[in-house]
Amino acid sequence: MNALPQGGSPIDAAFVRRWLDAATTAVDREAAALTQLDSPIGDADHGTNMRRGFVAARTAVEQEPPDTPGGVLVAVGRQLISTVGGASGPLYGTLLRRAGKALGDEPTVTAAQLADALRAGVEGVGQLGGAAAGDKTMLDALLPAVDALARALDAGSDTADALAAAAAAADEGAKATTPMRARKGRASYLGERSIGHQDPGATSSALLMTAFADTAREVGA
Amino acid sequence: MTPPAAPGSPSRTPDPQGGASSAALVGVVLVSHSASVARSVAELAAGLTGGAAEVPVAPAGGGPDGGLGTSSDLIASAARSVDRGAGVAVIADLGSAVLTVKALLADDELPSGSRLVDAPFLEGAVAAVVSASAGADIDAVAAAAGEAYDYRKT
Repeated sequence: MNALPQGGSPIDAAFVRRWLDAATTAVDREAAALTQLDSPIGDADHGTNMRRGFVAARTAVEQEPPDTPGGVLVAVGRQLISTVGGASGPLYGTLLRRAGKALGDEPTVTAAQLADALRAGVEGVGQLGGAAAGDKTMLDALLPAVDALARALDAGSDTADALAAAAAAADEGAKATTPMRARKGRASYLGERSIGHQDPGATSSALLMTAFADTAREVGA
Repeated sequence: MTPPAAPGSPSRTPDPQGGASSAALVGVVLVSHSASVARSVAELAAGLTGGAAEVPVAPAGGGPDGGLGTSSDLIASAARSVDRGAGVAVIADLGSAVLTVKALLADDELPSGSRLVDAPFLEGAVAAVVSASAGADIDAVAAAAGEAYDYRKT
């Protein structure tokens, strides 16, 4: 709605492609660590699955680059659903597809529009998985992140600062999953023994939000 | 049972389009993290029909790399392969199998009339395939599969 740029360049398809590059690089770099986190409470495949999904998504987007930010997010979501192979595929796939559809066909969007779209995507994750805050899932990173993003933009922050606040909130949220008891997924079968481990999905969510923050800082958004 | 259709006896000829709801069988897709589990449960369920009818049942097991996991492409192709126009009942085992089916349904990527059935995997598969083989419609197949939850063993 805000016609005036909130500082720096608008968010266009190139921005989201840069984010995809940054996210793929981060997932690749952290794949072993994500799988390590997934070993005591999951099935030790989160890093491998995420790397396979993001590499496939980046390849698909390079081959047929969509020309809108929404289009890129939808394409990445589609690839994640078909290539990840674990629960993070349909969950992240739903997050990004829902967010991409919320952005529509606009060639550029504002940070506020991106914030609203990401919130819609995160709500989609909650509906699909049936999890709530405190269940030791990716929502424990994503919900604080979209809240922090909206709060920072409302307070007048520029895009880069607002996304940095979102990334910090996601990281904090991921760390806060350590003392939680898992209530969803394979980890929930472990009951009390799921306590004391940081949730792998919340950790990868923080990586994806950090990739947004890094992208915005690099392009001076 | 049915003698070869005699030319010129239209009253005996089933209508392949309009009669689909009574003639076509519901398809069943079994989605497991394991390819061998999906295949074996499909065999078991089909075997327990006693050869009553050729129920369209397809396994969709394992991940995109062939290991344990879920493949949306396998699920979508399995659903297309068993779609006879009477609906497709999809039964999934756990976690990503369930979530992937839901995500595919949310984006209309399965044949129309496909639905995720809330049922235990093995018992639900047997109930779905046996009821489908008897000509039950999709609602009855889904109900039979769901009722498998009520079958107590002690």
